[in-house]
Amino acid sequence: MDEITEVVRNYIVREYLEKDDERTITETTPLISGGIVDSFSMVSLLRFLEKKYSIDIPDQCATPEAFDTVERIAGLVRRFQKAEVTKG
Amino acid sequence: MAFADTVRYRYQTDLEAIKAAGLFKGERYIHSPQSSEIEVEFPIGSAVRKCINICANNYLGLSSHPEVIAAAHAGLDARGYGMSSVRFICGTQDIHRELENRLTAFLGTEDTLLFPSCMDANAGFFEACLNEQDVMIADRLVHASIVDGMRLCKATQDTYKHSDMGHLEEKLQEHQDKRSRMVITDGVFSMDGDTVKLADIVALAEKYNAMVFVDDSHATGFMGKTGRGTHEHCGVFGKIDVITTTLGKALGGASGGCVSGRRELVEMCRQRARPYLFSNAVAPVIVAGALKVLDLIGASTDRRDKLEWNARYWRGLLKEAGFDLKEGDTPIVPVMFYDAKLAQDFARDLFDEGVYAIGFFFPVVPKGQARIRTQLSAAHEKHHLDAAIEAFKKVGKKHGILGLGKKELMARAVA
Repeated sequence: MDEITEVVRNYIVREYLEKDDERTITETTPLISGGIVDSFSMVSLLRFLEKKYSIDIPDQCATPEAFDTVERIAGLVRRFQKAEVTKG
Repeated sequence: MAFADTVRYRYQTDLEAIKAAGLFKGERYIHSPQSSEIEVEFPIGSAVRKCINICANNYLGLSSHPEVIAAAHAGLDARGYGMSSVRFICGTQDIHRELENRLTAFLGTEDTLLFPSCMDANAGFFEACLNEQDVMIADRLVHASIVDGMRLCKATQDTYKHSDMGHLEEKLQEHQDKRSRMVITDGVFSMDGDTVKLADIVALAEKYNAMVFVDDSHATGFMGKTGRGTHEHCGVFGKIDVITTTLGKALGGASGGCVSGRRELVEMCRQRARPYLFSNAVAPVIVAGALKVLDLIGASTDRRDKLEWNARYWRGLLKEAGFDLKEGDTPIVPVMFYDAKLAQDFARDLFDEGVYAIGFFFPVVPKGQARIRTQLSAAHEKHHLDAAIEAFKKVGKKHGILGLGKKELMARAVA
């Protein structure tokens, strides 16, 4: 698991799971379709990623599908990191 | 006409998908006034049958109270049927303002503005009062109308884990750079029936300079010793910046809602809240009925006291029978099944036994959290509850779930 994947996974565990929640979050655990994260509370994850990695993820890319697993979220972050580098 | 066959087919396919997912919501026709006993036609076309209603928001049993009905009749005669106008054009009668003043006094706030519903109050409030310089921090289990209202507002959105004060404090710390912060919560959470930790929220709000918003729709009229709401129940009466609530539940159950709170916030709603500006005034007949409701609950706490007794008695009966319940001390008592199909089958079987209750499942509650939400009323007599528990026990035996805890029920759901 690379650094971004680990950071995303840790944030999700801290932000969305209750203390007594025994579910484990892997890179492929369905987050939104699995009912762990809903579209209402997803906003804090988006803001966390943008702040942590100094990137700007447009609303049309922050879809429930794109945010459904740790793997996909990490992929999205990497994509926008590259875009920022290109822009810079 | 542009409703082509292809378009029709698309909607038919979507509707079939909703049915296939087991999420299709039908209606049951009630042939009597709302009460603890109602006459129901279900399935549609079948003979009407009498049953005990244990799923209405009729907490104080005032939906069909003779004095409320008489007051509504008198209001109809004195002020007419409809206003044919929004409030600010020619839709405000003296009784609208009288009701707002009475609600202000009852809720212990500075001012009140009526809305067509509390759904509208929640949908309109945030956009009218906050902007991109502010942040809204909401409990994750707030009502859908608050979620909609927040989505219409340009302020930053954030959420905290349900009733987790440590998480809320982290969020308040994180957003200290914002012009203003608003903590947003329900008073009593409609699906779980638990009560907000309002004293803790007020303390955090004072520490971190935040406003507090409470939707008290499932509390106004009965929570607290004189029924003022969760702020009275939690010992923070007079300390809440915004209360939204409804006339559609304990306060007569017709329709209408309000924003009640700091004078300036209420005035901002009068100037800017779109559901207030672009929707008709609450009908005079409802205003007249609501004024009588406030007379009744102001004169005596008997109804809320009876409701409290009923809720405690019913919770005890269910526990003793071996059902798995969500803990709480409100008239909302959720019986947990976890499995959507079981909850639906159980509700259907209850109806066959003369008890009207509904199964709730995703997306109304989180996945794997299916339940039957039972709700008590001051209109329930002990014999209603004794009869209803016999039906619950009979159906519980049939499904083999009496005495099973959360883990066993969840294991059954997976199997």
